[in-house]
Amino acid sequence: MSVIAKAPKRPISTYLHLHPKTGLRALLALPLTWLIGVYIISLFLLLVTAFWFTDPYTSKVRPGFTLENFVSIFTVPAYFATSVRTLGIALAVTAVCAVFAVPLGIFMAKLARPWMRNLLAVAITLPLWAGYLVKLLAMRLTFTENGLFNWLVEPLGISGPGFGIPVIVLTLAYLWFPYMALPVFTAIRQLPHNLFDASADLGAKGWPTVLRIVLPLITPAIVAGSVFTFSLSLGDYLAARFVGGKTQMVGSIIASNINLNPPVAAAFSMVPIAFVIMYLMLARRTGSLERM
Amino acid sequence: MLRFSKASKAGLIVIVGIVLLFMYAPLTVLILNAFNERQVSSWPIEEFSLKWWAIAFESEPIRAALLNSATVATGAMLIAMILGSLVAFALNRFDFFGKSTVNLLIVLPIALPGVVTGVAFSNTYSNFLTPAGFQIGYFGMIVAHSTICIVMVFNNVFARLKRMNPSLQEASMDLGQGLWGTFRLVTVPQFRTAFAAGALLAFALSFDEVVITIFTAPPGVDTLPLWILKEMARPNQASVVNVVATVVIVLSFVPVYVSQRLSRTENEK
Repeated sequence: MSVIAKAPKRPISTYLHLHPKTGLRALLALPLTWLIGVYIISLFLLLVTAFWFTDPYTSKVRPGFTLENFVSIFTVPAYFATSVRTLGIALAVTAVCAVFAVPLGIFMAKLARPWMRNLLAVAITLPLWAGYLVKLLAMRLTFTENGLFNWLVEPLGISGPGFGIPVIVLTLAYLWFPYMALPVFTAIRQLPHNLFDASADLGAKGWPTVLRIVLPLITPAIVAGSVFTFSLSLGDYLAARFVGGKTQMVGSIIASNINLNPPVAAAFSMVPIAFVIMYLMLARRTGSLERM
Repeated sequence: MLRFSKASKAGLIVIVGIVLLFMYAPLTVLILNAFNERQVSSWPIEEFSLKWWAIAFESEPIRAALLNSATVATGAMLIAMILGSLVAFALNRFDFFGKSTVNLLIVLPIALPGVVTGVAFSNTYSNFLTPAGFQIGYFGMIVAHSTICIVMVFNNVFARLKRMNPSLQEASMDLGQGLWGTFRLVTVPQFRTAFAAGALLAFALSFDEVVITIFTAPPGVDTLPLWILKEMARPNQASVVNVVATVVIVLSFVPVYVSQRLSRTENEK
């Protein structure tokens, strides 16, 4: 009696063991059908719609081919100004986050006692989970006319900025700060101690060491964090709507056109994507993305 | 050691204080205002009361919104659990051409701005599916949510699978178990906590999601975030919104907390 001649007891398992490709296909079939069939096709159709036009009389979308929608991004002054403004806001948010994340990271990693460090790490991470809209609502309550901020600064004889670009920047920084603070803190923590000893032996005090040793070494972490703060801010429009007064961002144009003029909305969706791709390419040149 | 002068240290502590104040003061204002006796939110709060909690509890639209949120989040979670773990198993077990593309595909829905993803779905539903005579309705919202939730399950399951010892599965097969038996008796017990943790995060992500929901919710259907959004659009913010927002904070913390505990206990073993 030969063992080899016996028919396999578990035909499916044996087959899949001998044909791993079939197993891979079976695993990936459903998820890829979903992601490509639902999501990638939707993105592709959005791009296609960007070349269509809206009938001015019936206001229905008509298939066709026109570059008008893309041209309008540059030629309509209000549209162009909005793109530039959005870019400026996203850069400002990134700067605010970095300016606060570095000192916080230095304090946590090098000065705080262990219990304090753990407490701060939890304190920074927790608000990430409080929900986007809830935080927006909280910022609105804080900066509204009879809100906490004005109440705090009133004794100083000043009043808050009111809803506008500065409050948008603060709100977005509030929303995305953990994405910058956590990688920066981790990077500072990983710096070897003897670097600081060497710097001190060579006569550098605290701040020169920070500027000339710490900052260059944690630049990759700052860039990695900035990818989040920058791209999340670019696409946002609810902050502009609720704490921005009359300020518009690219997202506002997309959102207000999706029902009236879908082709314009579709063309504008490419603006944040283009900015993010440009930013990622710049970031890649610094060599920071490999470490993410 | 990094040494600073007393003044620099004090400066750093002040900055840390500002950051903490900045991160927690707004949320505190919000939660306290849920107990504000006045109808319109304000600061400082003069009189506290629980009356808005009673009103929120009785409100029919809020209940309907809560039910919608729970339904959509459950649906999205279930779909994401299946799709996310399938991809995690495929990427863990096989090396193949296009692996990094599949990875990118999973992250893309949350990497792109929510407004772009939302508009893409809305455009497909209203400019392509509806003219073709297909009304996706309520299910469109679940489809969009599941797509962004896949990455949550994937990340958790994939991280666990990577740490699992493959020889345990091989041993099980050598001892005569088939793929199914091995999966059920060897693989599942090792990865189920990561599976549950990922599922909870997917639920929380869907429960909080607002931008994509704006564009994919059928007319007249509100989730809790959409209900809050509608109320925020009114000129004066009613205190009852703060009650709902506080509930949302609690409801999104619970799954995240449980999920963290699940991942942690397993890591400590």
